[in-house]
Amino acid sequence: MSWILILEQSLNGLQFGLMLFLLAAGLTLVFGIMDMINLAHGSLYMLGAFFAATLVQATGSFALGVLLAIPATALAGMLLEVAVLRTLYARDHLSQVLATFALILIANEVVRIVWGSDLQMTMPAALSGPVQLLPGMPYPAYRLLIIGVGLAVAALLYVLVAKTRIGMLVRAGASNREMALAMGVNIQRLFTLVFGVGAALCAVAGAMLGPLFAVQVGMGESILILAFVVIVIGGIGSIRGALVGAVLVGMVDTIGRAFLPHLFGLFLPPQFASAAGPAIASVLVYLLMAVVLFVRPQGLFPARG
Amino acid sequence: MSDMLLEVAGIETAYGQSQVLHGLDLEIRAGETVTLLGRNGMGKTTAIRSIMGLTPARQGAISFRGSRIEAEAPDRIARRGIALVPEGRQIFPNLSVREHLVAFAENRSGAKEPWTPQRVFALFPRLRERAEHMGNQLSGGEQQMLAIGRALVTNPYLLVLDEATEGLAPLIREEIWKCLAALRAAGQTILVVDKYIERLVQLADRHTIIERGRVAWQGGSEELSSNRELWHRYLGV
Repeated sequence: MSWILILEQSLNGLQFGLMLFLLAAGLTLVFGIMDMINLAHGSLYMLGAFFAATLVQATGSFALGVLLAIPATALAGMLLEVAVLRTLYARDHLSQVLATFALILIANEVVRIVWGSDLQMTMPAALSGPVQLLPGMPYPAYRLLIIGVGLAVAALLYVLVAKTRIGMLVRAGASNREMALAMGVNIQRLFTLVFGVGAALCAVAGAMLGPLFAVQVGMGESILILAFVVIVIGGIGSIRGALVGAVLVGMVDTIGRAFLPHLFGLFLPPQFASAAGPAIASVLVYLLMAVVLFVRPQGLFPARG
Repeated sequence: MSDMLLEVAGIETAYGQSQVLHGLDLEIRAGETVTLLGRNGMGKTTAIRSIMGLTPARQGAISFRGSRIEAEAPDRIARRGIALVPEGRQIFPNLSVREHLVAFAENRSGAKEPWTPQRVFALFPRLRERAEHMGNQLSGGEQQMLAIGRALVTNPYLLVLDEATEGLAPLIREEIWKCLAALRAAGQTILVVDKYIERLVQLADRHTIIERGRVAWQGGSEELSSNRELWHRYLGV
């Protein structure tokens, strides 16, 4: 195990974590402000990836295609909110889970009808090679771009939430919705906006990860579970919590998968280590969640104080 | 002094099966300070929640500046110019003191000299010192001042205070009373719920005693201060 390998896996973890953050940020605000469990959040991620793949092909430009996919997905998200989700806020969580689970199935079928079950999305040729980060340490240029985009979007979101008046109202709504209403905040309109921003973030994640993973029907479901783990760890309704939780989960998951088998090999018989390593690594983030819930049941940065 | 600001007529409000208000009436004219009095559980907070639209009334009418508001959403009612300083203060834990004032600053009543965050800081210098602290880092007194400041920066026609001095140290309570007296002197219309009747008879123009969700008595401060029978009967003093 060399330091270079550790550094490389840490960058992979950061990259995965930042993309998880883009998904978790929207999810945590929707959950925090409206107390709404939206399982269909992963469908917006899928939709964003399909929009991006199509638009990249249609325009012939990766950047243009991705940039167009973002408002397209935001619009789809806001439409979904106004047409369907709005009727679910007053319902209990079970109804929301059932209805948004139905939305997942519908979204998957609609995407299958329109596009088929998967699409090819290629990264720009200029970024398909490695970059020499350190002497003897090449790293894929495209993954660096993902890290850069993730950090830039996180910074933008930070400014939006921490420095603008809209951001203050969003935080007020997330910590005490009734009081925000009593202060005259139009929560309904604010929430449509938040939902649009959440969908846009999904599109960024879906578009950026498209060339790495497959753009396919059902791609939203597995990552949605991790996004829920992230917001539970971070504290529901907190953007900062989502960022810390997402990087934590991304790191633990990536590094665990990379090194746990080696680590077990140090003190366990090899055949046992190679079996137990990956098995334990895949539940590591859930162990992390259990520990956080035990120590801080409200998550690391609870929005409701 | 004669134009009617708020008119509550025969409202009935319930939480599920348990009805709390049974035909409550209340009138507030512009510039008046009016109290809602009564023992715990008689419906004071529910009356305020119904006016704000937080727990809508099932029957009856509420008019504010000539418009019917009993079926409107709370945010709409607030934007019409009613500001609430709620029971328990309800400060946002994740907003700084300054943000509480900046986020809701708006001249809803079109006041000539509107309340701004700067004016609130001048009214409560304590808040200026704590401007960058988050809501959950404040003492009870500071939270109360902030809850009043947050309501004032919306420049409401009507300021509604629910138990604004509850759980405060005597000195801070005194500061709140002085602040309310100054607001009244400046022409602010106020609806106030509180337990300190001795102070309320000095502050307010008129008083409304609620008993089991209905108005049991209404009158001026002199009548209330001289009629100790009312205090024993309805207020448990």
